[in-house]
Amino acid sequence: MKYQANEKGYYGDFGGAYIPEMLYPNVEELRTTYLDIMNEPSFKEEFNQLLKDYVGRPSPLYYAKRLSEKHNTKVYLKREDLNHTGAHKVNNTIGQILVAKKLGKNRIIAETGAGQHGVATATVCALMGIECIVYMGEIDIKRQAPNVARMKMLGAEVRPAKSGSKTLKDATNEAIRDWINNPVDTHYIIGSAIGPHPYPDMVTRFQSIISEEIKWQLKEKEGRENPDYVVACIGGGSNAAGTYYHFLDEPDVGIIAVEAAGKGVNSGESAATSQLGKEGIIHGCRTLLMQTPDGQITEPYSISAGLDYPGVGPLHSHLYKTGRGEFYSVTDDDAMTAGLELSQLEGIIPAIETSHALAIFNDKKFKADDIVVISLSGRGDKDLNTYIDYFKL
Amino acid sequence: MNRINQKLEEDKKLLSIYFTAGYPSLNDTAQVIEDLEKSGVDMIEIGLPFSDPLADGPTIQESSTAALKNGMTTNVLFEQLKDIRKSVHIPLIIMGYFNPMMQYGVEAFCAKCQEIGIDGLIIPDLPVAEYHEHYQETFEKYGLINVFLITPQTSDERIRFIDSVSNGFIYMVSSASTTGAQSEFGDTQKQYFDRIDALQLKNPQIVGFGISNNETFRQATQTAKGAIIGSAFIKHLTNKGVDTIDSFIKEIR
Repeated sequence: MKYQANEKGYYGDFGGAYIPEMLYPNVEELRTTYLDIMNEPSFKEEFNQLLKDYVGRPSPLYYAKRLSEKHNTKVYLKREDLNHTGAHKVNNTIGQILVAKKLGKNRIIAETGAGQHGVATATVCALMGIECIVYMGEIDIKRQAPNVARMKMLGAEVRPAKSGSKTLKDATNEAIRDWINNPVDTHYIIGSAIGPHPYPDMVTRFQSIISEEIKWQLKEKEGRENPDYVVACIGGGSNAAGTYYHFLDEPDVGIIAVEAAGKGVNSGESAATSQLGKEGIIHGCRTLLMQTPDGQITEPYSISAGLDYPGVGPLHSHLYKTGRGEFYSVTDDDAMTAGLELSQLEGIIPAIETSHALAIFNDKKFKADDIVVISLSGRGDKDLNTYIDYFKL
Repeated sequence: MNRINQKLEEDKKLLSIYFTAGYPSLNDTAQVIEDLEKSGVDMIEIGLPFSDPLADGPTIQESSTAALKNGMTTNVLFEQLKDIRKSVHIPLIIMGYFNPMMQYGVEAFCAKCQEIGIDGLIIPDLPVAEYHEHYQETFEKYGLINVFLITPQTSDERIRFIDSVSNGFIYMVSSASTTGAQSEFGDTQKQYFDRIDALQLKNPQIVGFGISNNETFRQATQTAKGAIIGSAFIKHLTNKGVDTIDSFIKEIR
């Protein structure tokens, strides 16, 4: 397959493992074992069982009739928002907690921005009875109080990241530092398709259940496995990676990535990494990232905390550079409007991250008989305050 | 012969000091280097600050953030160092993360280092395999020694590989930690120091992370060739400023 990571974890020019020597034994242990572990029948059985009985998979592929009529095309929504904990994030944390158990780890660390990955990690740690420490930027802790409370209720310790800009990238730095200081008993559950190899590939494989299900669900509904387009929002890019995975080598399926433009790509307050980023190293991988000419990583902005990351996973950098993916960026305003539109047309309140993907209709005109599958990556409960403030509800 | 190799041949335990360029004030860099040499330090690691220093503990993080706020950039550092070889003769190493070097251009960065008289580089997030495959030739073309880290978790086999790729010294991280985390050495460290000593590597080892005073310097250099002090020196600069560097160094040995 052309778009898979090679054995060194490179997608074309992007990926690899740019890690300090202190992390080498941990990352190497994972690199040499993850595929074998994931292929063990007992692992697969437990993973699938949990996805079915605990997460509630398969998630529906829902034909959005009124949304389709409005935009004069055929829109299906892949309902990851209906997963336990409210987003796609749990697909990966279930997988990684099982890997951690196989590796004999008894302590879990994670980073979180908006708190969704932190909640999904705290959830699986509670399920397995494993100690859980979540790093979260001090500023995000204040912005996302309900998710902090959820993590605490699930028994996790939330540690504030007080360095740098005190947001997601600093929480990631702190989690990496924790792993350096605890090299033997700890597994680091990275929440997006980022980080040193094998993380981007491992996370992508755990999320690939999304496109695996789309294939057979679409076959049932439309008599064909391949849609004309798959659409997903991208921060680090884990829901997108899972949504694209089984279509990457199907040239008749268009791949559409939607980034957060914030207040506008050129406003200075944006998170549109493919447009604003340059090749560099962030959190252990070579990829596109937003940085100063001097190579200092800059702070992105988006109304959606889940897209507020200065890099993008190496798979997505590769899709961008090769032209396999079409990249669009959507402003805060357009995303919020699209979120409201979905709520009122279909009775589904999406996460603001997801609302960015739903705003694709402003930029891209589809044909009436196109089948467009949009990853509805998360539900909007966590964003109610932002919606309320924005629309003065 | 590279100044680092010359220094390693001297019959003494070496004291190396790390500090963040542009800290406490932007234009302190050259003065700190000169004072360190005058006070008898054997080698200096000049920290090129980075926004996301993931191998560093709070002290070096904070000094890096402050230096960047002060206006430190790669170009500013090179400008500050352009005449440094008129006054300073001990080995100078630039220590920093890979992304700023990549953005400057790895070859241009190496060429500039040679022009100024930098003897080596320490880049914690440039793994030995990447270096070996893509950058070794360039570093050597400009006479730069690249220094790799090993930790208590590094296997003997990997240490031997790192030894084979190195041509100066090996930076021996004292414990599983970020910089500045330890306050003293225990039996675990002693066993680790002895294990490395028994490997009889071709490159001498210099211990870093957790060296803060006379006692830890003495312990670290029982088997190793030298030791590096970073966070403790930065703390001294933070608390006492740049005028009493000599008294800090004199307390170490």
